[in-house]
Amino acid sequence: MKPYLSFFKMSLLRNLQYRIAALAGIATQFFFGFIFIMIFKGFYSYSSITPDISFKALVQTVWLQQSFLFFIMLWLRDNEIFHMITTGQIAYEMVRPTHMYFYWSAKLLGQRLAGGVLRFLPILFIACFLPEPYNLVLPDSFTTLILFLTTLVLGLILIITLTMIIYISVFYTLSPTGSFLLFRVLGEFLGGATIPIPLMPDTLKTITYLLPFRYSGDLPFRIYAGHIHHEEAVISIFVQIFWILLLGVSGNYWMKHALKKIVVQGG
Amino acid sequence: MKLYLKYLKIHFMSQMEYRTAFILLTIGQFFVPFLIFVSMVLLFKKFDHLMGWTLPEVALIYGIIHISFSVSEGLARGFDSFSNLVRTGDFDRLLVRPRSTVIQVLGSKFEFTRLGRFFQSLVVLTYALLHINIHWTFLKILYLMLIVLSGITVFIGIFILGAALSFWTVDGLEIVNIFTDGGREMAQYPLGIYSKFIKRFFTFVIPFGLVNFYPILFLLEKSDKSLYAISPFFALIFIMPCLLIWQYGVTHYTSTGS
Repeated sequence: MKPYLSFFKMSLLRNLQYRIAALAGIATQFFFGFIFIMIFKGFYSYSSITPDISFKALVQTVWLQQSFLFFIMLWLRDNEIFHMITTGQIAYEMVRPTHMYFYWSAKLLGQRLAGGVLRFLPILFIACFLPEPYNLVLPDSFTTLILFLTTLVLGLILIITLTMIIYISVFYTLSPTGSFLLFRVLGEFLGGATIPIPLMPDTLKTITYLLPFRYSGDLPFRIYAGHIHHEEAVISIFVQIFWILLLGVSGNYWMKHALKKIVVQGG
Repeated sequence: MKLYLKYLKIHFMSQMEYRTAFILLTIGQFFVPFLIFVSMVLLFKKFDHLMGWTLPEVALIYGIIHISFSVSEGLARGFDSFSNLVRTGDFDRLLVRPRSTVIQVLGSKFEFTRLGRFFQSLVVLTYALLHINIHWTFLKILYLMLIVLSGITVFIGIFILGAALSFWTVDGLEIVNIFTDGGREMAQYPLGIYSKFIKRFFTFVIPFGLVNFYPILFLLEKSDKSLYAISPFFALIFIMPCLLIWQYGVTHYTSTGS
C-alpha cells in the first residue's frame, strides 16, 4: 500500500504546482456556469411546461459540475502514460516491483484530486454569494450532504477505473486519440454533461441509467440538489460499487493480458 | 497569397501521412459539437420554444457561428498556438524573412481535421434553412454569406489578439479560451436570452452579437432596425485594432534567446 500512497502524493504535489492555470480555469468555469444557467433560465421562464427538475435544483447541479469538473471529466489525460506506452519506456515501468494497475491509478487519482482541490473551493464559495436565482445553497439536510460526499468520492474512483480502460486500450491501438475521442463523445453525453439527464426523453434516460457514466457526476450533484431521494441514493451507492468492481477487475485482467503480449522495440 | 497556398499544400500532405489518426480526428471533430446540437434539439423537444425562438431559428444562429468558428480555427491555428513560437524563440526566424509576419504565422499551421466540425455546422445549417420560413432572394443569400464572413473575421481577430498578448506574457494565456471556445458556446444561442451585462459585452467589446444575433433578427424580420442590418460591417472592422495590437507587439518583441 505504501508505495502507491507515495505515487499518489508525488502526483498530487506536482499537479498542485499549476496554480495560475487553475485561476484561469476558475474564470472559464464561471463563465460557462453563467452561460448554462442563463440558457436554462430562458427555457424555463417562458415555457408553459414544468419539467420534473426545478430551475433551482438545476442551478445547483450546474455549479457543482463546474466546481468538480476535474473529478468527472473524461477528457483529462495524462500524456506521460501515453508517452510511456508509445515510446517503449514502459519497459522500465515493468521492472518496478509494484503493480502497474495500482501505480497508474494512484497517479491518475493524484492528478484529478490536485486539479479539483485547486478549483472547487473558490467556485463553490463565490457561487454561494451570487444573487438569486444564480446562487448555490446548502443541502437540505446533513444526511444529504453525507450521501453527496460518499457518492462523489465513489464517483471519482469510478472515473479512474473507467479511464484506466482507455489507457490500457492504447496498448493495442498505440494512438490515444481514437479511444479517447470515442469515450469522450459517448461518456459526456450519456453522463449528462451536455444536457442534464432529467431533461432527456425517457428512453435516453433509461439508457444512461444502464451505463456507468452518470454515476460519477450526475448522481452526486442531483443528490445535493435534493432531486434524488435518500432511498434511491443508497441503492445507487451499490450500483457505483458494482461498476467499480466490474471495471476494476476487468481492467486489471486486461492489463495483465496486454503486458504479457507486449513487444518493446529496442532503442 | 501564392505563398499561403503553398503552405497549405505542405500542411495537407504532412497531415495525410497519418491517415488513420487524421480520419478519426475528423470524425471526432464532427461528433463532439454535433452532440451539443442534439442536446439543443432535445431541449427544444422538452420546452417547445426559447423565449419566442423556435428550433430552426436557433439552429440557423448555431450553424452560422459554428461555420465561422471552424473555418477560422482551421485558418488561424498558427495564432492559436503562437505562444510556442515565442517561448522557443522560433519567431526570430520568421522576422528575418522578407514576408509579412501575419502571413507566415497563418501559414505556420493549418488544421485540416477541422473539416469535421465544418461539416457538422453545414448539416445543422442545411437543416435550419430547410425548416425556416423565409422567402429567399439572391440578396438574402449574399447577406447570409456576408454574416458568415464577418463571423470568421471576428474569430480570427480574437486569435490574433490572444497571440499578440503572448509577446508580453511569453506563455500562452488560457483565459483567451473564454472568448474563443466560450464565445462560440455562448453565441450558438441567441444573444437576446442573456443578461444585460453579457449582451453589452458581446455587442460592444467582443462583437459576437454582430455576427449572428442582430443580422438574423433583421433577416427573420423580427426587428426592422436598419442598424441591425449593417452590424456585420462593424464586425468586419473588429480585426483592425487586433492587427494594430499585433504590429505593436511585433515591434516590441524581445526574443527569449533560446
